[in-house]
Order: sequence, then structure tokens, then C-alpha cells
Amino acid sequence: MATGFIILAAVTLGAALASVMLRRLVHCALCWTLSMAGVAGLYILAGAEFLGLAQLIVYVGAVAILIVFAILLTQRRELLSIERLTAGSWVTGVAVAGLVAGCLWIGLAYTRGLGGAGGASGGPALETRELGELLMGRYVVAFEVAGLVLTVALIGAVILALPFEQPREASGRRADRPAAGEGWDARRQGGQGA
Amino acid sequence: MSVEGAGLIRGFIETGRNLVGSYVDPRRWVTVQYPEERRATPENSRVYPFLVYDGADPEEGLRCVSCKICEKECPPQCIYIVPAQDERGRPRKHPAIFDIDISVCMSCQICVEVCPFDSIKMDQAYAWDREDRFGGLLLHKADLARPNRYYRELHPAEARVVDEHLARERELRESGVRAAVRASLPGSGEPGGGT
Amino acid sequence: MNMEGILALTGWGGLRWVGPVELFERGPVWLRDWAVGWLPEGAKVWAEGLIPAVAVLAVFGLLFGLATVAERKLLGRIQNRPGPNRVGPYGWLQFAADGVKMLTKEDVVPRSADRVLHFLAPIVMLAPVALSLAVIPYGRDLVAADPRCGLLFFFAVGSAAEVAAFMAGWSSRNKYSLLGAMRAIAQMISYELPLVLSALTVVMMAGSLSLVEIVEAQSGYWWGVIPRWHVMTPWGLAGLLLFMAAAAAASNRAPFDLPEGESEIIGGFMTEYSGFKYAIFFMGEYFGMFAVSGLAVTLFLGGWQAPLAVLEAAPSYGWFFLKLGVMIAWFIWVRGTLPRLRVDHLLNFGWKYLLPLGALNLLVAMVWRGLGGWAFPGAGAVRWLACLAMIGLPAILWGRLLMRSRGWGPRVYRYAS
Repeated sequence: MATGFIILAAVTLGAALASVMLRRLVHCALCWTLSMAGVAGLYILAGAEFLGLAQLIVYVGAVAILIVFAILLTQRRELLSIERLTAGSWVTGVAVAGLVAGCLWIGLAYTRGLGGAGGASGGPALETRELGELLMGRYVVAFEVAGLVLTVALIGAVILALPFEQPREASGRRADRPAAGEGWDARRQGGQGA
Repeated sequence: MSVEGAGLIRGFIETGRNLVGSYVDPRRWVTVQYPEERRATPENSRVYPFLVYDGADPEEGLRCVSCKICEKECPPQCIYIVPAQDERGRPRKHPAIFDIDISVCMSCQICVEVCPFDSIKMDQAYAWDREDRFGGLLLHKADLARPNRYYRELHPAEARVVDEHLARERELRESGVRAAVRASLPGSGEPGGGT
Repeated sequence: MNMEGILALTGWGGLRWVGPVELFERGPVWLRDWAVGWLPEGAKVWAEGLIPAVAVLAVFGLLFGLATVAERKLLGRIQNRPGPNRVGPYGWLQFAADGVKMLTKEDVVPRSADRVLHFLAPIVMLAPVALSLAVIPYGRDLVAADPRCGLLFFFAVGSAAEVAAFMAGWSSRNKYSLLGAMRAIAQMISYELPLVLSALTVVMMAGSLSLVEIVEAQSGYWWGVIPRWHVMTPWGLAGLLLFMAAAAAASNRAPFDLPEGESEIIGGFMTEYSGFKYAIFFMGEYFGMFAVSGLAVTLFLGGWQAPLAVLEAAPSYGWFFLKLGVMIAWFIWVRGTLPRLRVDHLLNFGWKYLLPLGALNLLVAMVWRGLGGWAFPGAGAVRWLACLAMIGLPAILWGRLLMRSRGWGPRVYRYAS
């Protein structure tokens, strides 16, 4: 079990490190995807089968694609290749990283454990069926609110993506279209009249 | 019918009919199993030229008199003719060398159309795979010579016309120069004057 | 077990007579156990995982080769021509010739391509799809891996193929490849939802995410004649149709093969790949087709169950591969019949038609279960018809509404007067 953990942790951390240090943005995005897959593996190793597989579906299957689309559809030539990310000295970087690590450590150390033998017995710590029953029973309000938030986000995305209607002028034509009598029609009529 | 899926069903029935039908009835096939089966070429199809000879001897009976008209008229200039010479160095009415480079020939049939002696005609053989794509596609007189009966098999209607024409020519020639001269005098009133 | 297995394999009646039925049925399992028994203790665990994996890959590799030939021959027959018939008996060894050709082709990588991504993309395409073949039960006790969330594993692993499509399109540094990759990814993620929704209906009715249990929930017969497969219920029938449509789109199969249509965009994201890498992509696509077909067979057609009680003598894996063959033949037939969908039609079909119908199917399945308590004579038929109307009428009406709102319909000719 320990070798599995070491390999997965190495993959996760290595990919995460690569995703902040590589020069090409798309490479960074793909390394981030790999580290998410590593995290999914760690979840499965810890006995959270459903969570690990859901992590794969959501992060590797959907969020990675989202990030990649975002990079590609909003690309500027110079951003695709990031030469130097660090603006200040490395001391600041180490200090900030230490601060974040300290906060995480304290948070984890003082978290109440959920109990259960976990992956040691070979099965998931929480059966998927129990997970489903909990989500629909005790935590149904949180579940529904999360669904509502996602629905609102989806509707907002659709509205943002709708084609933009130009404001209409008083004469009832769209602002971006020339009036009758101007443009190509006018030239043609002028030519025929001449 | 605008029932939902009717178009789909009709499509599937059509392709299903093809699927089963192509096993049951091989006449449905739109392809030909070359080289076991070959489609017959029409009579007027043409590929590369060949030389016609009358009789049994390809050298003596060759109709070509090396007038070199086809060599001049050939657009890609794929014909090379060297007339034969008799013992005193005068040109004979026979080609010593008659080469056609069929990798250059564009099958335009102009050589056939301009030949006054009906000695070069178009062949229909199209399988010219060779291992040497330069020398292997240079045909010499011996490769090009075919008997008249071959020409009759390939292009029966054309061959009939050509044979009639040549027979009439021979008749007029053998019946004597006098007959031809008399026919060409004005006022003789004979048909067939001025051949 | 070893001794008995060996004796049984030889048909020797030493301990117990084994008839041919049981021999064929249990043969693969006995072979595996016998092979594992030869190994020392430490290697047993590895062997128990490795032997089924190798067997699955070998069987599906061969099936891939045969499927390519079958596709070309069937497409040929649909088009009134024989298909390849030169290599091997009636052309069935064509895949060997194609394999040699692919292997010996020059591997062309564009000079400005991203070499690492270009190299990794085919592998990232093939590996997850081959992994998803591991959870499908091929016969009684013939499954390479049976996690409790087998179906979820299938979808989780199958979603990694989209990243591979992007990697392939991006690393080729070719605007048409990129465009093809974008379309392919949009199509794949759009059709994952209807796929998962139709599978979800089955999970709800069978009560488990494990594919082995789903197959076993379809055992038994109604009145001894009609098998209790999910496709025999209205929600199962609708679910199968939805699943097949979504599966064709998810594996880039006609009529949803715009991302790789030859006349549209040359090869889509596979344009710059030649030789063996292209063969790997091709194999990944076909393995994807096998995987979703296998899943359709497992979820809706009863997996390895026989259709009639008397036919249970035939080995279970035989039934599975027969049904899989029917599915593959269906995919090939559809490819030869229907024209390709335009990309916006494709995406509209997925989001606006299949997705609501998938959700409605879930509802219909719940109604079916709820109405299961009826006991008056003829109740079964009434229940069937009611649920069929519940899913069929909205399907027709919704389709008409969508088409009318776009102005589609039978063509109306207006003549100049």
C-alpha cells in the first residue's frame, strides 16, 4: 500500500510542480490534468471510490477541457509561452508557500476524522449506496442548493453566449446596418442613373 | 408520409435490400472483379497505335511507306522513323526504324487521322505494366506490327471501310494507268474520275 | 481445483463427468486457474490480474482486426460491391495486410509539431479505452475486474479520451487538426450526458452500479419464454435507442463522424498522424466502439444471458459476443445508410433532444416501477403501453416542435408566377 501511495503522490506533486514551471501554457494545463488524475488515484487509495471516479469524470473529463478551451479561445500570441513567472525574489515565494502549508497542516490536524477503516479492508470506506442515501437524506438541502447554483451558472453561461442584439434606432433599423439608399444599393442605382 | 422515422426506415430498407441482394444476385454489383473479369471496351476506344501489315510477313506486308507525316503531326513527338535505304542509298518505301514511346503518346489518334495509307491504327490493349519504365515502354517496329485480321477484330466497321477503300485502290492501280488517265481527262463524263 | 480442472479438461471421468456444455462454459475459468496454479505464491496475485487483461486485449485485438474487415465488406455489400476479397479466404485476412502496411509506413511528424504531445496522444487515447474494457462481464464469472462502481469506472475512464483528442489536434500545429479536435471534443462531451443518463436509468432499476449485478438482474424469463432483459421494457427500449445514438456520437461513428470525415476535414485531429500512430488511433476508436457496444449489451440486452431457456446450453461468452456482433453490425449498417450530420445539427440533437428525453426516460422508468403493483388481467400490456406512450409521444412531439422552430420540414416548392 505504501508503494502505491508514494508513486501516486510523486505523480501528483511532480505534475503540479511541472504545471507551474513549464513554459507553454497548454503543457501547464495538461500537467495540471495529470495531477488531478493523481489526486483521483489518491482518493481511490484512501477508500473513497465514488469520489475518486467522480473526480476523474469531472476534472479530467470536463474541467480540463474547459481550461483548454479557455486558453485556446482567448489566446494572445505572447501568453502561450510564459518565460518567467517569478516577479519577486525566491524568499517571498518560500515564505508564502510555508504560510499556506502551515494553514493546511493546522486545518488537517484539527479535523475530526470520519471514522471507518478506509481502504485497509479492501473495500471503500463509504459504500456508494450509503453515500447516495446520505446525499438524499441528511444532506439533501446542500445537494439541492449546489444543483441550484449549477443551474444558475448554466443559465448565465447560455445568456452570455447568446448573440448580441444591436440596439435599434428610431427608424426601426439595426444600428449596424446602413439605411436604404446608402452603400452598395445607392452606388448601383447611381450608376444606372448616370 | 411524414411519420417520424419513416425516412430512416426507408433508408434502412434500401440499404438492407442492397446488402442481401448483393449476395443473392451478383448482377447487382457495380464493380468488376479485375483481372478475372474485364469489361469489354467499345469499338472506338483507343490506347496506343500499332502498324498494320497485309499478308503473313510483317516486314514485307507492312503498309507503312515511311512518309513521316505521322512523325511530323504527332503533338508530343513520340514517333521516330528512319526510312530504309536500298543498295544504292536511295530511300525505299519502308521504314527501317519505327519507334513509338508510349509513355509519351497521348492517344490523340492524330497519326491515324493523317496517315494516307491506313497503315497506323489505334490498339486497345491497356495493361502495359513493365519493370523498366523507360526502355520497357519504347515500342519498336516488330512490337508494333499487327496483321490486318487483328485490325478487323478490333475495329470491324472501320476495317471494313478501309478494306473496301484499299481494294478499290488496288483495282484502279492494276487495271492500268491508262484507265486512270482516261478518267481524269475533262469531258469524259465517267464517274470516279480524278481519284 | 487444479486436478479437477485438468481432469475435467481432458473429459476424464475420474472425479466427475463433465459434459461438453460445462466444458465450454467453464473452460476459460479452468484454464486461468490452472495457469495461475503453476506459479509461486508471490506471483499469483499478479497473474490473476494479468491473465484476464492479456486475454481481453488479445481477444479484442483480434476482434478489432476482424471488425475492420467486416466493416469494409459490409459497407461494400450495402453499396452493391463485394469489399476486400483478395487477401485470405474471401478477404478476411485483410487486417493482417493492413497491419503490416501501418507498421512499415514512415512515421511523419511535422517539423513544427510539439513532439512530446504528438507522441503521447495516441497512447492517451488507447489506454483508457482499453481500460474500460476491463469491467464488462463477458460471461458467467468472466470479468477482468468487478469493482462495486463498475459503471462509474467505465465512464470515468472513458472521459480521458477527450484529452487525447485535444492533445492530438493541438500538437499537430495545423489549423484543420485543431478545428477537428475542437469539434470532436465538443461532440464527445455533449453526448456523454445522454449516455450517462440512459445508463443511469438502468442503474436505478437494477439497484447497483456493478455491471455483474446488472447482468444478473436481467436473468429469468417472463412466462418462461421472454427473457427479462431491460430492452423488453418501454424504458429499456427507449434507453437502448438513446444509448445507441449517444454511443455512436461519443465514439465518432457515422452519422456523427464529422470530426474525422474524410471529405470534410481530411482527418480531423488525426490528420498529421501516419503509420503506427494512426493505427493506434484507429484501434482506440474501434475499442471505444466495442466498449460502448459491450456496455449496451450488458445494460440493456442482458449481457451473457441466453434469450431462451433451452438455449442456455450454449456458452455464455458465446451469447455475449453474438450480441456484440449484432451491435457492431448495426453500427456498420447505420454508417452505410445515414448521411453525416452537420456540427450544429449534431450538437443541437444532443443537447436539445437526447438530453431531455434521457431525463424523461428516468421518469418513465420510475412510473414503470410504480405501476408494477397492478394485478388485473392484462395489466402488463396496459403498463407497457402507458409507459411507451409516456416516452414515445413526447419524443415525437418534442422533435416536431424543435424542427418547426427551426423551420425544417418537408420541402415546399414555390414557383415564380
